[in-house]
Amino acid sequence: MAPRLALSLLLQAMPAFAGEAPPGASSCLGCHSPARADGAIPSLRGRDPAEVAALLRAYRDGTAPATVMDRLARGFSEAESRAIAAWVVR
Amino acid sequence: MRVARRALAGLFAAPALAQAAPVVVVVGGGFGGASCARALRRNGLAVTLVEPHATYTACPFSNTVIAGLRPMERQRFGYGALRDQGIGVAHQAATGVDATARRVTLADGSVLPYDRLVLSPGIALRFDALAGYDEAAAEVMPHAWHAGAQTELLRARLEAMEDGGTVVLTVPANPYRCPPGPYERASLVAHYLRTRKPRSKLLVLDAKDAFSKQRLFEAAWAALYPGLLEYVPLSGGGRVTGVNLAAREVVTEFGNHAGDVVNVIPPQRAGDIARIAGTADRSGWCPVDPASFESRLVPNVHVIGDACIAGAMPKSAFAANAQARVCADAITRLLRGAPVPEPRLLNTCYSLVGPGYGISVAGVYRAVEGVLADSPGAGGISPLDAPPAFREAEALYAEDWFATITADAFG
Repeated sequence: MAPRLALSLLLQAMPAFAGEAPPGASSCLGCHSPARADGAIPSLRGRDPAEVAALLRAYRDGTAPATVMDRLARGFSEAESRAIAAWVVR
Repeated sequence: MRVARRALAGLFAAPALAQAAPVVVVVGGGFGGASCARALRRNGLAVTLVEPHATYTACPFSNTVIAGLRPMERQRFGYGALRDQGIGVAHQAATGVDATARRVTLADGSVLPYDRLVLSPGIALRFDALAGYDEAAAEVMPHAWHAGAQTELLRARLEAMEDGGTVVLTVPANPYRCPPGPYERASLVAHYLRTRKPRSKLLVLDAKDAFSKQRLFEAAWAALYPGLLEYVPLSGGGRVTGVNLAAREVVTEFGNHAGDVVNVIPPQRAGDIARIAGTADRSGWCPVDPASFESRLVPNVHVIGDACIAGAMPKSAFAANAQARVCADAITRLLRGAPVPEPRLLNTCYSLVGPGYGISVAGVYRAVEGVLADSPGAGGISPLDAPPAFREAEALYAEDWFATITADAFG
């Protein structure tokens, strides 16, 4: 049974199509537009994913000033935040 | 039966029949439906959007139109960008769904086959819920809970009212579209009265005792609109059971309240096609799987936005857009025979309590025993003790969110 379980876990983790968002990431685009560069809320396209992941960590820890990002970042672990950061900068 | 090939945009001539690329039909061109159609198309699927209106009128920020702070034109959006993207757009009402044959029937009798169907019909107002409050009554006592002519009617009523008049606003029990919306409206109507008709009163009659962002709203009302806005909860006799049109009164179990302007926000249910398709349960709303938003009642039919039962997620435009993205990715996976991952979604809802004074509620949601639940430790409302600069920033972010979400949905 173990190989089948491993295969199913692999399938779970594998994107079904190019650019598929990790859990939670697609919601970010509701505010952080990849198309608008002039907004009060910054676009994340082209940003350094490590920098975005560090910001998410700081929001989660309460060490960076925030209005709403602290409340949202607390819903994700470090690994989840890194996956989101890597996707959201595309 | 005639297949509406034209609506399938030529590019995708009846692929469901030809065993070619799978076809997704999306019914409803609001924040959920338009966003989902665009996300499905970006994933490479053939998509037709069914929406009777050529122009969409957005509800978020329509309370600022009612208060005279924003022109109506900024609420209107078209579907040109969807067509440019290769989405077939049929300006028809969907009148039937045959879930066995996987076909949608439109008002003109044409038929659209689908591999997967997305319903995003928003809300229908229940004109059977309050005695005397039917569609004709809404011309006298506007609901303004569908943006458009009703928004302009309520605006006109407020403008025509003399200083010293009374405005009555009634709020339904949960669930309904935009949980903080009635209280944002109360705030902005109070702002209009304070600045333009300061001898007037606003009476808010609520069918419940607790509401979204309550402490933030109540603190703002005490600071900004003292003596002008009176809030009556359920326990104070706030539940409205009917209206008396001739006397311009609303009826409660504890007596009637007359208003020079009466704004009745009635109870609601999922839009009609949800019931026609068999996706709505006895509550009037649609139970769905939280990972794919596939109906619990009808296979291959997905329901997103205000119409679905999304657990802890509120009925908001942000939520509809977030669900649209998750649903589009899930459908893409299902059509490729791939499993659908565990869902995670966000919501952020801003409300304006006055110009330059914004407040918010946010949430992170995951599936717990088949229902979307709040992620522990995440989410919540703006701080109660935030300085004015914080409120100003949230008002600015609210505007910015609207620009982003409408660009995502309508291009």
